Amino acid sequence: MVTEAKRAYKVIGTRPLRPDGIDKVTGRALYGADIHIPGALHARMKRSPHAHAVIKRIDASRALAMDGVKAVVTAVDLAPGGDLSKLADPAQNILAGHKALYRGQAVAAVAAINDQVAQEAVKLIDIEYEVLPHVLGPREGMQSDAPILHEALRTRGPGAVDGPTNIVAINQAAFGDVDKAFADCDIVVDDEFSTKMVHQGYIEPQAATATWAPDGQLTIWTTTQGSFPARESCAQLLNHPISKIKVIPTEIGGGFGGKISVYLEPVVALLSRKTGKPVTMRMDRSDVFEGTGPTPGTSIKARLGATKDGRIRALYADMAYENGAFPGSASITGTMVAAAAYDIEHVKVIGYDVVVNKPRTQDYRAPSAPAAAFAIEQLIDELALKLEMDPLQLRLLNAAKEGTRGPMGMPYKRIGHEECLRAALDSEHYRSPLGGPNRGRGVASGFWFNVGLRSSVNVSLQPDGTVNLIEGNTDIGGTRASLAMQLAETLGIPYEDVKPTVVDTDSVGLSDVTAGSRTTFGTGMAVHEAGKNLIKEMTARLAPLWQTTPEEIGFDDGAFRTKDGAKSGAFKEIAAQLAGRGVALTVSGSLNAGFLAGGGFAHAVVDVEVDPDTGKVTILRYTAIQDAGTAVHPSYVEGQMQGGAVQGVGWALNEEYYYDESGRMANASFLDYRLPTSLDVPMIDTIIVEVPNPLHPFGVRGVGEPGIVPPLAAIANAVTHATGVRQTQLPMSPRRILETTRGIV
Amino acid sequence: MVTVRLPASLQPLAGGAASVESDGATLRALIDDLERRFPDLGERLLEAGAIRGDVMIAVGADETRELDAPLPDGAEVHILPAIAGG
Repeated sequence: MVTEAKRAYKVIGTRPLRPDGIDKVTGRALYGADIHIPGALHARMKRSPHAHAVIKRIDASRALAMDGVKAVVTAVDLAPGGDLSKLADPAQNILAGHKALYRGQAVAAVAAINDQVAQEAVKLIDIEYEVLPHVLGPREGMQSDAPILHEALRTRGPGAVDGPTNIVAINQAAFGDVDKAFADCDIVVDDEFSTKMVHQGYIEPQAATATWAPDGQLTIWTTTQGSFPARESCAQLLNHPISKIKVIPTEIGGGFGGKISVYLEPVVALLSRKTGKPVTMRMDRSDVFEGTGPTPGTSIKARLGATKDGRIRALYADMAYENGAFPGSASITGTMVAAAAYDIEHVKVIGYDVVVNKPRTQDYRAPSAPAAAFAIEQLIDELALKLEMDPLQLRLLNAAKEGTRGPMGMPYKRIGHEECLRAALDSEHYRSPLGGPNRGRGVASGFWFNVGLRSSVNVSLQPDGTVNLIEGNTDIGGTRASLAMQLAETLGIPYEDVKPTVVDTDSVGLSDVTAGSRTTFGTGMAVHEAGKNLIKEMTARLAPLWQTTPEEIGFDDGAFRTKDGAKSGAFKEIAAQLAGRGVALTVSGSLNAGFLAGGGFAHAVVDVEVDPDTGKVTILRYTAIQDAGTAVHPSYVEGQMQGGAVQGVGWALNEEYYYDESGRMANASFLDYRLPTSLDVPMIDTIIVEVPNPLHPFGVRGVGEPGIVPPLAAIANAVTHATGVRQTQLPMSPRRILETTRGIV
Repeated sequence: MVTVRLPASLQPLAGGAASVESDGATLRALIDDLERRFPDLGERLLEAGAIRGDVMIAVGADETRELDAPLPDGAEVHILPAIAGG
């Protein structure tokens, strides 16, 4: 671990057990599919078998006639007044309207007395389609003669041409004079890169249960990254008041951005309203692959120019991001992060969002950044080769630092990019030689914004001096612990004296998603605020007991003291005194931590060996380096870094949505969609760098996302050095390696 | 006088300009000025009298949602699309 001078903490920086750990390892924790309401019906989706087709007719009569079938819903049940022409895009992604825009899109749902009957009933829903030509790739989707998904879609942004198109938006980040700067460069490198659509690969499939009571009260149990956003989405989709909807989040078996959008929730709600009974629905793995939101495939053309002393002067990039079947904004962040790691004066990056006949894409850990880094970090590597410079030294020479113009155009505040690069240079891994044939070492840098957003918590003082922490963020990566630790630090009490609980949307104030690496950062700020409020309230109530004023009482190191030193009492002692007076003490912390959260940098050093006969790439050694600001719970920081690295290994080497000519994903199961296993990766070494974030009271930075940004490029650089062939396309599967190194197709 | 930098998505609403000048002394005055000059832009920035939830505004390096805070002369005001993450 590398640290600079930092505050001394008693709880932050330690490694206590997580409060939810025992329940999770013993199987007692309740996940989405563990919700069993007596008398609940089971639901199943009927999904489109076509990538692009007009839905001419849906006939559910045979299904409804089947014993045990209770109801069928279609888009007509979601559309305002039953008018499909009024069905908005988000609703069409729940249940298709007049067209199916990707294979696997839900078209109808059936509720029955058990899952087996529901599965059989789905087969009896008759749907007549008129199959249309489809388009799958981003560049293909941009062609003027491509099949059009949405007749009314018009491109937004500069340079847009009026008329039907699949280009949703043209985004641009531009500074300086790129053309002139390239003309003045001594060395220019360029290439074209592509990445494939991949899935977040969370282990727990989506599952939701709903009860729609006769008084209109809707209760939804779901596995989600955001119970409040889920409530908001359901309110809009169902045209139902928020006050009549309660979302109860279950434990969540991974999300990585893929469990922000709702899929099943509004459907089980509709079915419950229709039948008057609780309704539950679970996806299987093929549903998850074909019917949820993976991350976009991309096509990126990029050019980088430098002077002969290694100063990078100019960057140009043209980036096309798939949005899947409905308009999105994936290219906005891709465009912004392309140059984020470096101090480059002249930049022009153009991003295209393109609809194609694939599932609507969603966020996946630092969304859009890994693909951008895959391109730019390989050009940096190519530049280092041509300049005969150490690739980390080249990055350090050009590294963004405090005051450098950041990805949004504003200057960075204090960041730890240079410190991370120095830590990588000084690492035992990088200083060790890599010997042997067919081996290569690669490095890469990565940036992600991180965000703050809105959070609310309640804190209640208990008579024994412990505190209950009530929060609205589902716990994906150990945030019960990281939030409890921040409250304990604020109050000067042991971690074990804080009891954190995640509650439903009726029981705490608005809390945005557990995403954007924001919960330990943003909700941590709300926790800190609540802790300060608790101390203030305790001081106010203590003053009359001590026959003084609140202004004469201070709080430090877990104890209240009068300024003259005459009286003092530890937190627990004072809590007992106040409890004896019989008044409950509850405070809250509620804030908007904004969008700017200080940004995070991550780096990778990776060694690979490539089998020249089979094309198999073996990861020999991997070191992840990341600025955590202040590592609240170092074990969980390391876990996030390792998780990002492993997901990056899968994305780099094996994972892809593999489509056949009909637009069908041919590998929609974990047997054929190759996630890395423990046999595919070595122990991921970690180096936590701590450069405190000035935007957080404890200096915390989000850590969940940056770690997935560099591995794609770092592994590609390593394979390039091992094979002598630049790897511009993902995945670098054995087939791809043999194609590029030996021309074997 | 301050410089307002616009994201690509809003540039067509400001005649295609990537940045515009304004003499607004506060963020509210600046947005009023932009709305007068570019009527379609104003509604993309404010909702119910506050900065829209899907818009981020920074003065220099600092994000703000305070409409009445004074803008220093020569400041750069960045209007940006909201970001989140996974």
